[in-house]
Amino acid sequence: MTSGRRPLSQRGRETLAGYLFVAPSVIGMFVFLVLPMIASLTISFFRVSGFGDYEFIGLDNYRTLLSDPVFASSLKTTGLFTLAFVPTLFTVSLCLALLVKKQRRGIGLLRSLFFAPNVVSLVVVGLVWQFLLTDHVGAVNRSLERMGLSGESWLGNPRYALFAVVVISVWFFMGYYMIIFLNGLQDIPSAYYEAARLDGAGRWRSFWNVTWPLLRPTSLFVLVMTTLTAIGAAGIFDLIYVMTKGGPDYSTQVVMFYIYQRAFQLNDFGYAAAMAAVVSFALMIIMFVMLRITKGGKVDA
Amino acid sequence: MPDTARPPRRQPSRLGPTAVWGSIAFLALLTVAPLLYMVSTAFKQAKDVYTPDLIPGSPTLDNFRYIFSEIPILRYLFNSFLVAAVVTVLSLFFHSMAGYALARLKFRGRDTIFSGIYATLLISLPLIMVPLFLVAKTLGILDSYLGMILPAVFNAFGIFFLRQFYLSFPDDVEEAARLDGCGYWRIYWQVILPMSRPLLTALAVFFFLGTWNSFLWPLTIVQNPDLIPVQVGISNFQGQFSAAWNYSMAASTVAALPTLILFFVFQKQFTETIKTSGGR
Repeated sequence: MTSGRRPLSQRGRETLAGYLFVAPSVIGMFVFLVLPMIASLTISFFRVSGFGDYEFIGLDNYRTLLSDPVFASSLKTTGLFTLAFVPTLFTVSLCLALLVKKQRRGIGLLRSLFFAPNVVSLVVVGLVWQFLLTDHVGAVNRSLERMGLSGESWLGNPRYALFAVVVISVWFFMGYYMIIFLNGLQDIPSAYYEAARLDGAGRWRSFWNVTWPLLRPTSLFVLVMTTLTAIGAAGIFDLIYVMTKGGPDYSTQVVMFYIYQRAFQLNDFGYAAAMAAVVSFALMIIMFVMLRITKGGKVDA
Repeated sequence: MPDTARPPRRQPSRLGPTAVWGSIAFLALLTVAPLLYMVSTAFKQAKDVYTPDLIPGSPTLDNFRYIFSEIPILRYLFNSFLVAAVVTVLSLFFHSMAGYALARLKFRGRDTIFSGIYATLLISLPLIMVPLFLVAKTLGILDSYLGMILPAVFNAFGIFFLRQFYLSFPDDVEEAARLDGCGYWRIYWQVILPMSRPLLTALAVFFFLGTWNSFLWPLTIVQNPDLIPVQVGISNFQGQFSAAWNYSMAASTVAALPTLILFFVFQKQFTETIKTSGGR
């Protein structure tokens, strides 16, 4: 082949340009995401004080983890939170999407109202709900009492605090996933619904036979994202930091909050990194299993 | 379910459209009630804080006067604004550059780089906070604007979006520019960027809100009272005035109002971004 110099240098130029264009992002993501992720594992084998002294201690941090009752209870709390949060949020946002699906006058505004909590910060959300849930005099208990129900100390009683956090988180996130579901619903061709109607299917039947199966990619996306949010993302942290600080009696001490406390309040970096490594690993397994199961079609057979 | 349960060929009984609309509207109002209550309490006098009325009996601006004079909330707002604006501009710039290259240029390792970037979506801040703190310490950006800005700039989200968008661009525009002798930088700067303005606007709103609302990272690295962003500021404020809900709600309103206004002005662009993120 007589590949002249021009085309070769043209290709070389394109390659060079490509690298230069992606370089800032790739370097930035390496320094601020990938490197920390790798370092997290390394640090977990050390005893690190916040002042920068490193001492290699092998698996000691992991050994301590196994016998740390607070870590065990924080995992349990995270599990409980996830089991309550993910299905509730899924159901509520799907129902909302079905409710606001039809085009009618003013529906855009109503959709925006459902979404509005999501643009406010979780710090503000935490403050507002703390106020609404104030014992005896808060708006929530006042309303409950007016309906003849008895109010509770929602954030002060270990039996209810996690429940309150779940409800508030669902309220915060439901608008976001409503929009995602709405998009999935609008992608379903209306011809399918017409065909179902001709077959004599009512609303319920056409939901199960048309909407549910065709919504599967969206459902899967929502499931994965909400699980990530529940276990790993910062969102829930902000709420717990502002409202309960993990209390009362460790009832809202999710694992992320415990990691933060060990690292930045007790300067126990190595131990916190070991917990983060365990959670990352667990998260990877959960995601893997989840994708496996949902692809196997067993969930919505 | 047995088919006989339902008489054939009859539409299921339908609620009147007004009733349906009414119930949706009621639910929507219930959803925003906590926010309305926040704003309403911000205008209430201390003695009226626990009165159930949504419209304050004797409204007052004293709470706002108080928080603006007693805590440096303007300073907090400025810090948040500065950080969010810089993060937004840098993100859009770097992400669009990467998105453009990953979508339109051919070079070795491109697909590997893209998969690598995509995989970082699974990394969340709390999981890497400890080492990220150490990285920031090593770089000497703890307790600085730069420390709040840099780690917030780099994420796969924007790159992913912009790449998708650039994949759908027709070839001829770029081709024409190339025939005119434009280099890759000129094509990016004079052709690609202007054409992506709608998407960049949508992403800008998204990034700005996200950074404005961020809490955990600034909480972790900022000590200097002059650098505190508004979210951290009001969460400290809560510790000092725990039961003074009229002040607390006024501060919350001040922190939340910019985001709510931004959202209602740009709601269309904003929801478009979310829609595409769930696309596939």
